[in-house]
Amino acid sequence: MTGTPDSMRAIESAVAEKYKYGFVTDIAAESAPPGLSEAIVRFISAKKDEPEWLLDWRLKAYRLWTTVQEREPTWAKVQYPKIDYQDACYYSAPISDADRPKSLDEIDPQLLATYEKLGIPLKEQEVLAGVAVDAVFDSVSVATTFKGKLAEMGVIFCPISEAVREHPELVRRYLGSVVPYADNFFATLNSAVFTDGSFVYIPEGVRCPMELSTYFRINAANTGQFERTLIIAEAGSYVSYLEGCTAPMRDENQLHAAVVELVAFDDAEIKYSTVQNWYPGDENGKGGIYNFVTKRGACRGRNAKISWTQVETGSAITWKYPSCILQGDNSVGEFYSVAITNNRQQADTGTKMIHIGKNTKSRIISKGIAVGRSDSTYRGLVRILPGADNARNYTQCDSLLIGEQCGAHTVPYIESRNRSARIEHEATTSKIAEDQLFYCRQRGIGEEDAVALIVNGFCREVLQELPMEFAVEAQKLVGISLEGSVG
Amino acid sequence: MLEIKNLRVVVDDKEILKGLDLTVPAGEVHAIMGPNGSGKSTLSYVLAGRDGYEVRDGGVTYLGKDLLAIMPEQRAREGVFLAFQYPVEIPGVGSATFLKTAVNAVRKHRGEKEFDALEFLKLVRAKREALGISEEMMRRPLNVGFSGGEKKRNEILQMSLLEPRLAILDETDSGLDIDALKVVADGVNALRREDRAIVVITHYQRWLDYIVPDSVHVLSEGRVVRSGGKELALELEQNGYGGIGLQAGAAV
Repeated sequence: MTGTPDSMRAIESAVAEKYKYGFVTDIAAESAPPGLSEAIVRFISAKKDEPEWLLDWRLKAYRLWTTVQEREPTWAKVQYPKIDYQDACYYSAPISDADRPKSLDEIDPQLLATYEKLGIPLKEQEVLAGVAVDAVFDSVSVATTFKGKLAEMGVIFCPISEAVREHPELVRRYLGSVVPYADNFFATLNSAVFTDGSFVYIPEGVRCPMELSTYFRINAANTGQFERTLIIAEAGSYVSYLEGCTAPMRDENQLHAAVVELVAFDDAEIKYSTVQNWYPGDENGKGGIYNFVTKRGACRGRNAKISWTQVETGSAITWKYPSCILQGDNSVGEFYSVAITNNRQQADTGTKMIHIGKNTKSRIISKGIAVGRSDSTYRGLVRILPGADNARNYTQCDSLLIGEQCGAHTVPYIESRNRSARIEHEATTSKIAEDQLFYCRQRGIGEEDAVALIVNGFCREVLQELPMEFAVEAQKLVGISLEGSVG
Repeated sequence: MLEIKNLRVVVDDKEILKGLDLTVPAGEVHAIMGPNGSGKSTLSYVLAGRDGYEVRDGGVTYLGKDLLAIMPEQRAREGVFLAFQYPVEIPGVGSATFLKTAVNAVRKHRGEKEFDALEFLKLVRAKREALGISEEMMRRPLNVGFSGGEKKRNEILQMSLLEPRLAILDETDSGLDIDALKVVADGVNALRREDRAIVVITHYQRWLDYIVPDSVHVLSEGRVVRSGGKELALELEQNGYGGIGLQAGAAV
C-alpha cells in the first residue's frame, strides 16, 4: 500500500550517484608498450635498477608462466571472458623516473588533489596523524610519510623497490618464501612483472607505534597493477597494516594481481586490514577490476599471530583467499571478512588455515552480502596436519541476500588428520527481515539508510576488527556499496 | 489532529477493518480497547504505513494531510510514532546508534541541526534515567536479549526523543510487571502535551488507571462500536465485553 514514487526517486538518485571514485587523473605517464615478453620483464627490472638475482627470479617466474598459461584457475565460481594478457600494459609510472619526487612538495599537485578526492590526506600534519601512508599510484610508490619517525625505532616501511636497493639481504631472504613464484598462475605472473608495493620490517621486540597504511590506485588505462607486499615481524614485535584501494571508472576491465607475504616469528603479531573499493563495473557489468590476489601469512614462530581483516566492496571479480600457515606451536590465525557484491559483481573469497604446529588456533568470521544480480561465494579450507595436536578452528559464515536475483554460496573444505583437533563450522543464510526494515522506517530512517544500518549491524563482528580510524570509513563504504539495493 | 473515516482494510484477502471511524484531537489521550482480533493492531500498522495492509475504502487525515499517501519514514518524520507491541531486534546495531540515526533523520527533515555523538549522549542521559534505562543497555544491540520491560521502556525512550505529534502505543502494557508498568506510564504521562495526541491500545483497564484517557473507544469486528469517557473502561472491567453486548473474542 505504500506508494512507490519515493523509493523510485531514491533508486534513481542512487544510480545517478554512480561510482564516487571514478575520476581519471590526467598526468603524463610513462608506460611500457603493451604485451608481456621476456623483454618487458627485463625492461621493468632495468627501470628499477634491480640486482641480477631479482631479474633471474623474475625470469624464472616468467618462463614458468609461459608454460602454465593454460593453468589459469577455473575452479572459482566466477565467470569472465578470457583475458588477453598481451593486451595489457605491465608498467606505467606517473612521471618519468629521473624526476621521481623526493618529497611531497615535488608531487604533481593534481596527483595530490586526486588523493584528496580519495580522502587520504598525504600531508603528515593532517587528520590521519598516527597513520603512515605509502601511496602506490599505478606502479610506482609516490610518497611515503612518517619514514623518519619510524626509522628511529628501526622500523623499515618503504616501497619494495627501495627495499630491494637499501635492504637487499632482507628482501632476498623473504621474497617468495611464503608465496613461491610457482604458487599459482596469478602469483607467477606477479613474480615476473611486479612493479611496486610495500616493504615492512619490524625489528625484534618493537611495537610499531602507528598504523602503517598503503593506498593503491589504478589510474592509467589498460594497465595491470601487480604490487608485491612483504611484511616481516621479528620475535616479539607487533604491527598493524592497512591497505586501501580504488580505481577510476573505465569501460574495459583491468587486471590487478597482487601478492602479499607476511612472516611472523616467535610472539610476533601482524594485523593486516584491507578496505578494497576498486571500481566494480557499471550496473550491467561493463568494466571493473579483476582482483586476483594471493595473500598468505606464515606464523613461523611459537605464539605468533596473524590476523587478516578485509572489507571487500569493489572489483568486478574478486578472487582472494588470505591464508595463514600456522607452523609455530600455539600460533594463531584469524580471518575476518565482509564481502559485498552488487549489480553484476562476483566475489569468490575466503581463507585457508593450515595447522602444522601443536595447539594452533584459527578463527574465521565471514559475512557475505549479495545484492542485485551479484554472486558471493565463501570458499575456505581448514587443514589439520598430523602433528597439529589440539588444533582448534572456529568458522562462522553468514550470508545475507538482498533482492531476488542474487546468490550466496558457501564452500567449506575441512581436512583433519589429527584426532585431537576440534573444528566447529557454523553457517547461516538470511534475508533482511521486513519487520526490521519497517521498524527502522517507522523511526524516520529512509529505506536505503535502514538497509545500510542493518547490514552494518550484520557485519559488526568484522568491522570492529578494523583499526578505529578506518572503521568509520568502512561503515560509510558499506552504505555506498548498497546504494540502489532497495526498490 | 487525526481523523479516520470509514476505513476498510484488507490483510491477506481478509477484511479486518470494516468501516472504522475515529477522531483524535490534539492534546488528548484516547484509549482503544477491544477483544483479540477486533483490529486494534491492524489499525496501528495502517496508521504507521506497514506493507501488506490494503486500504479498500475510506481515508485518514493527519494534520490536514492524506496520511495514507505518505511513505512510512516520511510519516515518522512528520511526527507519527508507533510504540510496537513486539519491538524488533536488530543484531549488531547498538541501541544508541539506532536512536541517534533516527533522531537525526527526523531533525534533518525538520531543518534542525543534526546531533553529534556527544550532544546526543548528553540529551539521552536525562531521558533514559527517568525511565530507568542504564547506559549499558544503550550499548547493547537494539532489543537483542532485552527483557519485555526493557523493550517497552526503550520504546518510550524513543518516543521522548523523537517528539512525535501523534503517538500510538500498541499494547505497551503487555509484558510489564507492576513496577515497570508504573515507570513506563509515568514516562508516557510526562509526554502529554497540548499539541500532541496519544492513542493507547490496550486490553486492560488497569493500564488506564495509570494513563488516564480523555476518551475510550471499543473496537469490535473492525469498527468502533462504542465511545465514551474514562468510565467506559471501568464498565468493561466490571462486565467484560459481553456486558456491552459483545462476545469476547467473537471477532476472531
